[in-house]
Order: sequence, then C-alpha cells, then structure tokens
Amino acid sequence: MADESSADLEGASVAVPRDARLQVLGEFWHYFSQNRGAVIGLVVFCLLIVMALFAPLIAPHSPDEQYRDFLLNPPAWEDGGNWRFPFGTDAVGRDMLSRLIFGARFSLAIGFIVVSLALSSGVLLGLLAGYFRGIVDVVIMRVMDVILAFPSLLLALVLVAILGPGLVNAMIAIAVVLQPHFARLTRAAVMGEKSREYVISARVAGASHLRLMLVTILPNCLAPLIVQATLSFSNAILEAAALGFLGMGAQPPTPEWGTMLAEAREFILRAWWVVTLPGLAILITVLAINLMGDGLRDALDPKLKRS
Amino acid sequence: MLKYILNRLLLVIPTFIGISILSFSFIRLLPGDPVDVLAGERSMSAARRLELLHVFGLDQPIWKQYLDYLWRALHGDLGTSLTTAHSITGEFLTLFPATVELSICATIFATIIGVFFGILAATHRGGWLDQLTMGTALVGYSMPIFWWGLLLIILFAAGLHWVPVSGRINLDFYFKPVTGFMLIDSVLSGQKGAFVSAVQHLILPTIVLGTIPLAVIARQTRSAMLEVLGEDYVRTARSKGLSNFRVTGIHAFRNALIPVVTTIGLQVGTLLAGAILTETIFSWPGIGKWMIDAIGHRDYTVVQGGLLLIAVIVMSVNLLVDVLYALINPRIRTR
Repeated sequence: MADESSADLEGASVAVPRDARLQVLGEFWHYFSQNRGAVIGLVVFCLLIVMALFAPLIAPHSPDEQYRDFLLNPPAWEDGGNWRFPFGTDAVGRDMLSRLIFGARFSLAIGFIVVSLALSSGVLLGLLAGYFRGIVDVVIMRVMDVILAFPSLLLALVLVAILGPGLVNAMIAIAVVLQPHFARLTRAAVMGEKSREYVISARVAGASHLRLMLVTILPNCLAPLIVQATLSFSNAILEAAALGFLGMGAQPPTPEWGTMLAEAREFILRAWWVVTLPGLAILITVLAINLMGDGLRDALDPKLKRS
Repeated sequence: MLKYILNRLLLVIPTFIGISILSFSFIRLLPGDPVDVLAGERSMSAARRLELLHVFGLDQPIWKQYLDYLWRALHGDLGTSLTTAHSITGEFLTLFPATVELSICATIFATIIGVFFGILAATHRGGWLDQLTMGTALVGYSMPIFWWGLLLIILFAAGLHWVPVSGRINLDFYFKPVTGFMLIDSVLSGQKGAFVSAVQHLILPTIVLGTIPLAVIARQTRSAMLEVLGEDYVRTARSKGLSNFRVTGIHAFRNALIPVVTTIGLQVGTLLAGAILTETIFSWPGIGKWMIDAIGHRDYTVVQGGLLLIAVIVMSVNLLVDVLYALINPRIRTR
C-alpha cells in the first residue's frame, strides 16, 4: 500500500515537472520580455558573443599585425582617415577595429570564467555554512567578512602582486574577491529553506546530506544567485579592465580592452580614438549585461512580480 | 538593541584578526625569500643574510612573528617604507586627508544629485523622466571610471581648458599643510586665488569618483521612495490636502531615508576602491595612488601596512553604519 502510493507520487512528480518547467520558463520570459531594456541588453550580449566566437572571420586584420606606414591613423570618417582601418590604428599601427573585436573574446571569457569560479566556490561554502551551521558556519562566514573588509580592487591588486601579473592570475584574484557575495546569498537562502516542510520530509525519507544540499535545497535558492551572477559578470569585466589599466592584468600586446587603454594613455591628447574606443567597448558590454541583470531581477523576484 | 550592538562589536574582533593575518602573510606569500623582499638588496653575503634574518625577526617561530607584528600594529608601528625609509603610519597620515577630502566631496556630490534624481524618477514613475534618469543611472553604474576620467580630461582639461589636468592645487601656491584638507588650508593661507585653484582641481576627480555612488544612490532612492509612496500614510497625507511637495519631500522622503542612508554608508568600500583609480588618473596625492605606486615600486612594507589600515577603516565605517542603522531603525531598536 505504502509502496503503491509512493510509486504514484513518483509518477506524478515525473509527469508534472516537464509541463511545470515549461510554464515557469514561459512565465519568466513573459516578465523578462516586458522590460525593453533587458531585451536590448540580451540582444547586444548575444551579438557580442557572436563577435567573440567568430572574431577571426569578422576582424578585417590580425589584432597583432603592425602596419608601420599607418601609425595612429585616425578613423575613416576623420581627416586623413582610411577605410582600410575603419576605427583607425594605434601607436604601432595595429588596426583598432580588429583589436576591439578580439578584445570581446577576453572580456567575455573573463566574465564566464570568473563567475564560474566565484559561483561554484561561493555556493559550495554558502551551502556548507547554511546547512551545517555551528562552527563550520562561523569559520566560513568570518573568512568572507575578512575578504569583504578590503576594497575589492585593492585586494585583487594585492593578490595579483603575490601571484604575479597576468590575465589568469587576475581572474583568480577577481573570483576570490567576488565569491563572498555568493556565499552570503546561498547561506541566507539555505537557512530560509532548510526548515521548510519539503526539506524535512526529504530528510525523513532518508536523503543524505549531500542530496539534501544539492538536489533538494539548492534548486530553490537559484533566483538570487542568477541575479548575482549577472552582476558579478559585469563587475568581473570592469575589475579585469581596471587591473589591465593599472598594468596588473592582461599584459601587452594582448588586445584586452583595459590593457589597450593603459597603452593608449600617453596619446590621450593626440589620438582620441585609441582612448575612447576601448572604453566605449567596455561600457557597452557592461551596460548590456547590467540591463539584462535588471530584467532578470524583475522577472525572478516574486515580491516585485505581484505588484 | 544593546545586545544587537554588542554582537556587532564582537564580530569586529575575528574580522580584525583575519585582516591582520592576511596583511601579515602578504610579505611571506610573495614569491622569493622574505629577507630579499624586505632588504631590497641584490646579492648579499650569507653573514649579512643571517644578520638581516635576525633584524627582521624572521628567525623567530611564525606565531611569534605574527604576535610581534600584531603588537606593533596595535601601537601604530607598521614599520618603514622600503623606498623612502619613512614611517608607514606617518606617510599614511599625511596622505590620508587628501583621500578623505576627495571622498567627502564625491559623497556630497553623489548624494545631492542622486537623491534629487531618485525622487524625481519615483514621482514620475514610468514617464520619460523616470526612464531617462534610470537609464542614465545604469550607464553611470556600468562606467569604467578610469576611462570616464580620461574622457573628462580630454574634454574639459585638455580641450576646453576649464579645469587643470592633475594635482591638488596650482604649483604657484605654496603653504604648509595645517589640516591636510586643501580646501581649508587654502583659505587659512590667505593667498588670493588659492581656494579657487583648489576647487578647480577638485571638480573632475569628484565627478569621476562620485559617478558610481551617484548611480547607486539614485536607484536606491527611487526604489525606496516607490515603496513608501504606496503606503497608507502617504495616501492619508495626500487626502488631507497637503501640497505635493510636503507629501513627497517630507512625509515620504523622511521614511525613505533609512535605506538611502545605509546605501550611502556602504559606498565607502566602493569609494576607496574608486580612489585607487581616480587618484592614479589625476595624480592626486592620496592613499590610493600611494598604494598603486608602492605596488609598482615593490615597496611591499607599504603595501602591507596600507592594506591593514585601509581594511580597518572600511571595517570601522561599516560598523558605524550598522550601529547607526540600528539606532534609526525602530524595527531593530525595539528588539
């Protein structure tokens, strides 16, 4: 008898999710698409991804090729411009447009890698802290407090000083700095969910700690984490660019946007385009992601949804 | 509430210990031998190395080194700079007012404009004014401020010559620092034009450093106001026939203030991180530029000391914000 009913329940729980999941997705898209900014952000973000993926096909030149006869050539529409280099060239004659296109690869990769690192480690720590409480919680959260006591850029700079300048180390440093936000969010969400009935019933049914944490509780804490992930994505790009700008991130001749800005600083008065364009690229990317983030928050936040 | 504040105070201790361990480990985590790092000498004899090992206390067990470091740090002794041989605490104290001055100006700028536009957006919810303000705020929030600073320099300093490119005051003026705040010192000096010059030098850095806090404050003010404007007492105030200004400006805004003040307080970390970039761009002689220069020159004792001092400042301000929040917010006060 008992077996039968549990089999019934299981059958039901398999049948329901597919429909329910579609419905949830549909509802989510409904709210997300109502936010015009968010849709624009999404479109721009997708374009950037395409640009990054197909950079070698789209870019008119190699990002490292130096055209010695065209040093600091202005953009095509300016006096002395040349359609061979639509956005002009930099101080050693490299095509700006190509470098900007290849730069998208770095910024997006930085965002994805940093967020994956920060998200996975932060969620893990937050789960442990919120689930086990006690001494585990105290130790983890105090360490997070220490990380948060430092201005993020300063801590990232110091970590890079220890690890050595370079893009990989910069990403590790930024992930470390961003990770406490995920840990705090996860912990708070886990503590909220832990005493709910579905968790208790799963525990009574004999689910292991690991199953309870990862399968039962975690999926119900996702909404704030997704929003935080988008925010962190744009933060990661900004911080990596700042590190590059300060000479501690990607090293020249990498066409990373922040590094390009650092190289361009001395030409600020002579060639506006070498300074303006990389920064504009950073701004557009970060803005697109933040627009998406706002839309995601509105669509996922049940409190605002009702109003 | 006392319990809440005490609890919050107790939390400071583990955080401080963590901060001090991190700054203590910094020099020991750097690649290379700590003696080489600290001595900055190239090839030294074995005898000299041993001598230095003793001078720096590196021959002691690690826990003793840490306690020693902590003890000296608590007495304000963070060692000396490797490049200038000056006391690090002393250097910090001379440069800190410049950062504070800039941060205060940026906070005032961000608060006044941010709150104004936040209220404006909330009262015109959904209209073009709301969309324009919030769109601009999102652009500000997404701004790579080091680039923003360069753009402003190109436009207003190099192009239009309205303001100077860098520094705190025109080099024609010289006076001994009294308070360390250029705005006050320039007035005290009695030199004609000094104050104007100090103000001119402050304008661009203030805008650059204030941009992100401004955007955050505007967004926060808007959402806090929207929440409050829907409340019953606001409707009551309106139905009593109070003027629109009284309702939004006084009844609603006073209650929207709590989250806004908290947001302003929590921007301190952002401000100090922003100060690193802003000061570098404008050659502003504050602690942000000091830290960047120290990292660039491998002046690791300065980095270590600065790290500790800055973290302690951020921690203290966050503590202050939390306590103030508990004091103003009746929901915590009555607990």
